[in-house]
Amino acid sequence: MRSGEIISFDDIKAGYGRSRILKGLSFSVREGEVFGVIGPNGCGKSTMLNVLTGTLCPSSGRLFYREKEISGLPSYKRCRLGIGRTWQIPRPFTGMTVYDNVLTGAVHGAGESVKQSREKAEKVLKETGLADKSRIPSGELTLLDRKRLELARAMASGPEVLLLDEVAAGLTEAETKEIMALVGGLRERKYTVIWIEHNIETMLKATDRLMCMADGRNVICGDPGEVMGSEIVEELYLGKD
Amino acid sequence: MYILQAIVNGILLGGTYAILGLGMSLSLGIVRLTNLAHGEYIVLGAYTSMLLQAWLGIDPFLSLVISVPFLFLAGYLIQRFLVNKAMKNGEEPALLVTFGISVILKDAMLLVFGADARHLSADYGNVTVNLAGLGIPLLNILLLILSGTSILLLHLFLQRTYTGRAIRAVSDDAGAASLSGINVGNTFSIAAGIAAATAAAAGLCAGMKWTWYPSSGGRYLLIAFVIVVIGGLGNVGGTFAAGMVFGLIQAVGGASYGMLISYVFLILILTLHPHEAFLRFSDKRRKTCEEGIMQEPSVAREDQNASE
Repeated sequence: MRSGEIISFDDIKAGYGRSRILKGLSFSVREGEVFGVIGPNGCGKSTMLNVLTGTLCPSSGRLFYREKEISGLPSYKRCRLGIGRTWQIPRPFTGMTVYDNVLTGAVHGAGESVKQSREKAEKVLKETGLADKSRIPSGELTLLDRKRLELARAMASGPEVLLLDEVAAGLTEAETKEIMALVGGLRERKYTVIWIEHNIETMLKATDRLMCMADGRNVICGDPGEVMGSEIVEELYLGKD
Repeated sequence: MYILQAIVNGILLGGTYAILGLGMSLSLGIVRLTNLAHGEYIVLGAYTSMLLQAWLGIDPFLSLVISVPFLFLAGYLIQRFLVNKAMKNGEEPALLVTFGISVILKDAMLLVFGADARHLSADYGNVTVNLAGLGIPLLNILLLILSGTSILLLHLFLQRTYTGRAIRAVSDDAGAASLSGINVGNTFSIAAGIAAATAAAAGLCAGMKWTWYPSSGGRYLLIAFVIVVIGGLGNVGGTFAAGMVFGLIQAVGGASYGMLISYVFLILILTLHPHEAFLRFSDKRRKTCEEGIMQEPSVAREDQNASE
């Protein structure tokens, strides 16, 4: 792992049952960058996030976070270490209010005192535009607000790395602009972001580097413009004339 | 007057039924596991109160000061060191572990206490309060208060404390809870400990109301199932309401037909409204599997396909 890198996948292989999805994935993410991930359906993007969050154990290979191998660490410890995640389909705790959702992330993820957790929850709710909805049961929120809540809960857990899984999926154009403005602000707050998105055009404006995955591997990684202009991406992802 | 007396009796009896189902409701609603040893926990709670009364000469209600922490610890440790490990290999091994614990506890209690029928008694056990022409046993009033207070305290614990919020988060979505920094395995253990602690109170109620044997756990477990199905998984308020309904059916139906009517009622619910009882359960268990506490590759694969 090189200096300045915060996450490193080293020849990771993983899958579900007998189905192998990641077939030797290797890449690194630098601290403070917004790292975009694209690839055709089924290439292993979400599986990569599952491995990174500890939901899925790799069958081989090594995973590093700040030079520490975390391949065998359970999810809650990775969260406490500084990895936060959002899902393509939001998963709020529907039996709780918006505030309690965020407070739960702050108390258990960040491991701060009760007073600090409350302050952090309130701050994050303001930052994500949910302050006036904090007492609403999270199950009653719109899709856009659920996505905001996912981000707020992840931010409250005090992450250094935020994993965004298709934050714009299912949103209207106007809603997409709103969520993108929020995501754009993450760079200013010094988060390292790993971002999977089908809406490539929107994502390209905000990413520092881009990786294209295919068949469970990293096929090309680098400057977003160069990656998008590469022959392999045209062939694999966008389709070749 | 007979109907009014039956309704009052049913409500008072309902308190005992509610607390019998409370632990099972927590176990199914949060840990997503049918704890087949829950009935034995209840019997153990009754024996603990009996021993404390015999050794220390204290009132059965006071024995809860010791029996509740004792059962909590037992439930916590069993979940942490036996059931959680089995759950990593799926639901069936964990179910078998609880069955094994049930058999071990039953045989151990038979060995230690013998097969004799037991009953918890107190001086006020035969006192009857006359209210508007109705004769109400004081003991039944006290048991209803105990049941109601236990359920209210548990409700407040789940709503107001950080541990309670963690339990609710795990109950809602164990995978998302884990990625919010919650130690799901430990939360399961705490929930199992609380479920066992409620069995201490349930054992006291059942022990003062009926005679029991080391083998009475199966009967209590069956009642707990009925209460959970009527009241909903992990629904504390629903458990109390279900206890009342079950108590009323018992009281109105009388000793001969009460149980029969109750189980017909159970079958009707399962036939007409199975969604609330089981579909919600399977949906939540799916989320638990995703988190990795239970391994269920086929479900994980479906989720994988959906998300990519």
